[in-house]
Amino acid sequence: MQHNENSITQFLTHINQNVSPAERVVSAVSGSGLIAYGLKQGGLFGAALSLLGGGLLYRGATGHCHVYDAAGITTADDRPSPSSRVHVKKSVTINKSPAELYQFWRNFENLPQFMTHLESVKTTGEKTSRWVAKAPLGASVEWDAEITSERENERIGWKSIEGSEIPNSGVVEFLPTSNRGTEVRVVLTYEPPAGYFGSLVARLFGEEPNQQVAEDLRRFKRLMESGTIMKTEGQPSGRSAKAKSAKA
Amino acid sequence: MKAVCWMGKHKVEVMDVPDPQIINDRDAIIKITGTAICGSDLHLYNGYIPSMMQGDILGHEFMGEVVETGKGVGNLKKGDRVVVPFTIACGKCFFCEREMYSVCDNSNPNAGGQETLYGFSGSGLFGFSHLMGGFAGGQAEYARVPFADVGPIKVPDSIPDEKVLFLSDIFPTGFMAANNCNIQEGDTVAIWGAGPVGQFAAKSAFMLGAERVVMIDHYQDRLDFAKANNENVETINFDDVDVYDKLKDITGGRGPDSCIDAVGLESHGTSVDALLDYAKAAVYLATDRPHALRQAIFCVRKGGTVSIPGAYGGFMDKFPIGAAFNKGLTFKMGQTHMQAYMPRLLTAIEEGKIDPSFVISHRLKLSEAPVAYDNFNTEKNQWRKVVLTPH
Ligand SMILES: NC(=O)c1ccc[n+]([C@@H]2O[C@H](COP(=O)([O-])OP(=O)(O)OC[C@H]3O[C@@H](n4cnc5c(N)ncnc54)[C@H](O)[C@@H]3O)[C@@H](O)[C@H]2O)c1
Ligand SMILES: [Zn+2]
Ligand SMILES: [Zn+2]
Repeated sequence: MQHNENSITQFLTHINQNVSPAERVVSAVSGSGLIAYGLKQGGLFGAALSLLGGGLLYRGATGHCHVYDAAGITTADDRPSPSSRVHVKKSVTINKSPAELYQFWRNFENLPQFMTHLESVKTTGEKTSRWVAKAPLGASVEWDAEITSERENERIGWKSIEGSEIPNSGVVEFLPTSNRGTEVRVVLTYEPPAGYFGSLVARLFGEEPNQQVAEDLRRFKRLMESGTIMKTEGQPSGRSAKAKSAKA
Repeated sequence: MKAVCWMGKHKVEVMDVPDPQIINDRDAIIKITGTAICGSDLHLYNGYIPSMMQGDILGHEFMGEVVETGKGVGNLKKGDRVVVPFTIACGKCFFCEREMYSVCDNSNPNAGGQETLYGFSGSGLFGFSHLMGGFAGGQAEYARVPFADVGPIKVPDSIPDEKVLFLSDIFPTGFMAANNCNIQEGDTVAIWGAGPVGQFAAKSAFMLGAERVVMIDHYQDRLDFAKANNENVETINFDDVDVYDKLKDITGGRGPDSCIDAVGLESHGTSVDALLDYAKAAVYLATDRPHALRQAIFCVRKGGTVSIPGAYGGFMDKFPIGAAFNKGLTFKMGQTHMQAYMPRLLTAIEEGKIDPSFVISHRLKLSEAPVAYDNFNTEKNQWRKVVLTPH
């Protein structure tokens, strides 16, 4: 998803427009809403939603939708359509007790350590928090989240605050096993932007949130079990700018 | 520092690259005093392994001196002399706790890729493609060792490098191969491949109480070498005789109790469509190397064990499932669970039960790596095992 300014500008001037003006406005609004929304969810699938939201922003800004292209659809005339819910369900088993995992997660300020699209989370009250996430194209997005239900060492449920552009809710559960550690189960639900294109977008990008949640959970597991998220960025190779043949 | 870089098929180059740094808290930096070229490296050299990138630093068999430790490494200090296992393992996950280090959950940064290919991901490995984690290897002057509090084993100053270097891979690999045979009194173990892994499998089979060990290869010098190093080993040159007939004959018609495939075949794919390409390629490649595994399955006695240290990456064409099923065979295989075997094998070396340096045929400087790769790949009779010294 990384383009340099130049190529994006060139690209934008060459594409034709297949999205109606009214929808472009909705896209732009929904795009930023979607980004914000994903991040409200605890940011767990912020990446995916950022992608989706970023796509809508792009579409709103340019009047071009690649999803429509792919699906062979044009929305020259606005057609109404029911919005559809998107569910993301993922689980991972972690070799730690439910209490240890719950305590870490419940302190939302820890979440950016394994949810890579979060910049920061600040606790603002007993059940409320303010989230800042990285949005596409260098922007950042902020929103408030509130905890709707919790049972110590067992589960945390949350919901977007009243009046949120895209209603959403989520729950993480920490289930003990006999001797295999703790099953961490995450279920997220969100309603993509209203209208025909919204459900289409949600369906076509449906896999992406799953993958993002899976990677977030993998990082959570690694951090909890091994105390670190193993990386290779920064190690030497012959590709380094300073590398040269030793013969010289 | 100087490092041996993979630059493409049949092309390795010694390059000046930046020195490694601590990246994770549980890393250590090792100044390398000895490193070796493995049969596995040849699969990279011959271009069989996908997800290699030009400039990747090779090498997974190395040892040296600790020069720096991350703040999460409590058991090592500057100046410690260590041998580093090729499997990178966290020591804390379900698998590490059960000594299945080579399938550690937490050490492969590219686990998602292996999940696509295999369903679940194995551990990270040094210098062995990006699918295996993309870790810089140890054919270099220095290396970053992740999870350094779990992997490296300290060795006493009194033992020379050459005696302990192969604790990094091929000695534990040969040992696990033999151990997986669950050797009982009176057992005959047949080993396909008289390379370094096969040589250590033979030694280990005897150590574990095998009555007879039979080695199969077509490089007569390698077979003769096995004979020279093991009083009772028997050999079969498959260019000269039929392996099944010969094995049946020398075991009074029973067949070997267990068979070890120390030959292997490595070819992979990283995506679903690459898997299809891979399957096609395997049909072609299957004419040669998987032949050893099929033959092992055919030759082993009923109720016997087939142990596979030789590396495989993708699919096998014409797997003889009928023979395996109807003879009631047991299969054991995998990358070696290194950390599970290193301590006891170090003890065996200290007690003088084995001197692993017997396998070395060539000692060269790190800067001579290109020549070493070329010869080790083609001159198999003379070039058995190469050790490189970087400093
Ligand atoms: N499981 C592990 O963790 C692990 C560790 C190290 C090496 N390996 C693998 O073990 C294998 C052997 O390693 P090595 O360093 O000894 O390699 P090597 O290439 O030096 O030796 C392989 C030997 O097999 C012989 N061979 C080829 N076809 C044969 C056949 N049909 N029947 C009998 N012998 C045959 C070759 O002539 C050669 O002598 C490689 O596949 C390597 O990747 C696995
Ligand atoms: Zn090796
Ligand atoms: Zn582990």
